[in-house]
Amino acid sequence: MTTDHIQARFHLDYPEFTLNVDLELPGRGVTALFGHSGSGKTTLLRLVAGLIRIQDGRLSVNGEVWQDDRIFLPTHKRPLGYVFQEASLFPHLTARGNLEYGMKRVGNAMDGAALEQAVALLGIGHLLDRRPHQLSGGERQRVAIARALAVQPRLLLMDEPLAALDLKRKQEILPYLERLHDALEIPVLYVSHSPDEVARLADTVVVMEQGRVRAQGPVNELFSRLDLALAQDQEASAIIEGVVLSHDDDYALTRLEIQGGHLSVARLDRDIHELVRVRIHARDVSLALDEPGASSILNILPARILEMREIEQAQVLVKLCTGAGEKPPLLARITRHSRDRLRLHEGQSVFAQVKAVALMD
Amino acid sequence: MGFSDADIQAIWLTFRLAGLTTLLLLLIGTPIAWWLARTRSRWKGPVGAVVALPLVLPPTVIGFYLLVAMGPNGPVGQLTQAVGIGLLPFTFWGLVIASVFYSMPFVVQPIQNAIEALGERPLEVAATLRAGPWDRFFSVVVPLARPGFLTAAILGFAHTVGEFGVVLMIGGNIPGATRVVSVQIYDYVEAMEYGQAHWLAMSMVIFSFLVLLAPYTLNPNQRRF
Repeated sequence: MTTDHIQARFHLDYPEFTLNVDLELPGRGVTALFGHSGSGKTTLLRLVAGLIRIQDGRLSVNGEVWQDDRIFLPTHKRPLGYVFQEASLFPHLTARGNLEYGMKRVGNAMDGAALEQAVALLGIGHLLDRRPHQLSGGERQRVAIARALAVQPRLLLMDEPLAALDLKRKQEILPYLERLHDALEIPVLYVSHSPDEVARLADTVVVMEQGRVRAQGPVNELFSRLDLALAQDQEASAIIEGVVLSHDDDYALTRLEIQGGHLSVARLDRDIHELVRVRIHARDVSLALDEPGASSILNILPARILEMREIEQAQVLVKLCTGAGEKPPLLARITRHSRDRLRLHEGQSVFAQVKAVALMD
Repeated sequence: MGFSDADIQAIWLTFRLAGLTTLLLLLIGTPIAWWLARTRSRWKGPVGAVVALPLVLPPTVIGFYLLVAMGPNGPVGQLTQAVGIGLLPFTFWGLVIASVFYSMPFVVQPIQNAIEALGERPLEVAATLRAGPWDRFFSVVVPLARPGFLTAAILGFAHTVGEFGVVLMIGGNIPGATRVVSVQIYDYVEAMEYGQAHWLAMSMVIFSFLVLLAPYTLNPNQRRF
C-alpha cells in the first residue's frame, strides 16, 4: 500500500445504475471527477465520504484505510471536508457558528489558526456575524468551503460547488478556488461537469461514463483526446504550458515559448521564465495549407495533423501538434467541408491560426 | 360562583395527566417519528396507520381494548401483576398509559413532518463536520425541527386535556385519581348543576383557545398546523 495515494475500489449495483471503479489517485493536487449527470461521479464522491455505505468497497487515503472488508469508518470519523452543491449552511447558526460547528468537534484543532486561514483564503471576514439568509449565493458557498477547510481535513471533497450558481457568482468564486489550488497541501476531489472549471482547477482528470472510469490522466492530455467527451464539448480546448520569453510594452503583448513554437498573448503580469498554463479553444483555431501572408491573426504555428474525428454532421475535430513527439497537442474545430476541400489527412503538415489564447493560472 | 375544591382537584389532576403524557410522548413519539420519517421499510405504512388509529376510532373502542389488555386476564394486566404493581385500570397510571396511546398521533405526526421537511442534507453536512449520530440529533435536528416539536407538545397536551371517553372506560370517576375536568363537567350535567358545568366548560374553551394560539404567537412568521 502506497502512502501518498488515494486508492478507491467500489462496486455498487442499483436496479437502474451500476458503479464499478478501481482508481489510484494522486495524494495531492486537484483531481477532477468529470462526467455528465448520471455518470456516477457524485456517487463516487459520496462513497469516498462514507455517505453511502456498501459492502464491496476499499478505500485508503494516503496510507490510512477508511474502508475495506473489515473496516468501515463512518463519515464523522473520516478526516475529510465536504462541500455540497448547495451551500447547505445551518440556518440556525451564523456564518461563524457554521465554521465553528466542525472545529469544535475536531477538538485539538481549536487553535484559531485554521479558522483564520480559511477565513482569509475565502475572503469572508466581514460576513462572519451574518445569518445564512443574509448572504448571497456566492457568499454562502464561500462560507461552506471555509467551513469544510476549518476542520483541517486530510482530503477535501467538492461536489460541483459552482453548479447551483449563476455565471456571475461562478466568476466570483473561481478565483478563490484557484487560490485554494495553490495554497492547499491536501488532495482535493472535485466533481464537475464543466470543462471550463476542470481546465482551470484540475491537475488530474478522471473521466466517468455510466458508472465506469473511461479515462484518467493529466488534464492537458485528457483535454485533447478526441474520443472523450471533453474534446467533443462546445468548450473543447487544448491546455498548453509555456514559458514567458519577453514582454513587448509598446503593443502590450507577452511572448511565450511553447514546444515547437511561440505564442503572443495580451501582456501578462508574469516574470520572464515563469511557467504559465494557457487554454486554446478548438473553435478559435483554423487551418491553412500554406503559410498565410498578410493576416491580422497574431499566432500562426506550423503543425502536424495527428488525428481527425467527425463529431457532428458538419464538424470535424482535428488534433495537431506543434512540436516533436506529438506534443503539445492543439485542437481545431473545422467543418467537414473544409476538411475535404483542403484534403486534410493524418500526418499532414499545416499552419494553425490561433485567434485567441486564454491564460489559465 | 367559582371553582369548588373538587373542581380545583380535577383541574390539577388534568394538568398532571396531560403534562406527564406529553413528556412521555415526546420521549416515545420522537424515535417513532424519526423512524417513520426516514425509513424505507415496507412496515412504514402499517406502523403509520396504527399510530394514526386514535384519530378515527371512537375513544370507547381504544378504551375498551386497553381495559381488556390491562385487566386481570389481559397480557398487560398479567405482566403488571407479576411484577407486583397490581392492576392499572381505575388508577392514575392506567390513565397515563391510555392517554399516551390516545394522543400519540398528535405528537408523532408534527415531529415526523418536521423531520421529513428537514431532509437528509443537514444531517450529512453535520456528519462531514465530525458530528456523531446523537450529536447530529441534538445539534441539528432539534433546533431545526423546533417548531415541529413545539406543535407536537402543544397538541399532545391539549388533546389529553380534552380526553373523555377513554378516561371513562379506563379510569372511571375516582376523585383525585381519575376524575379529570371533562368527567367533572359530565357529573355536573348529570346532576343538573348547569352553573358549575358552565364555569368549567367555559374555562376549557378559553384554555384550549389560548393553547392553540401559542404556536402562532411564539413563531409569528410561520404556519404551524
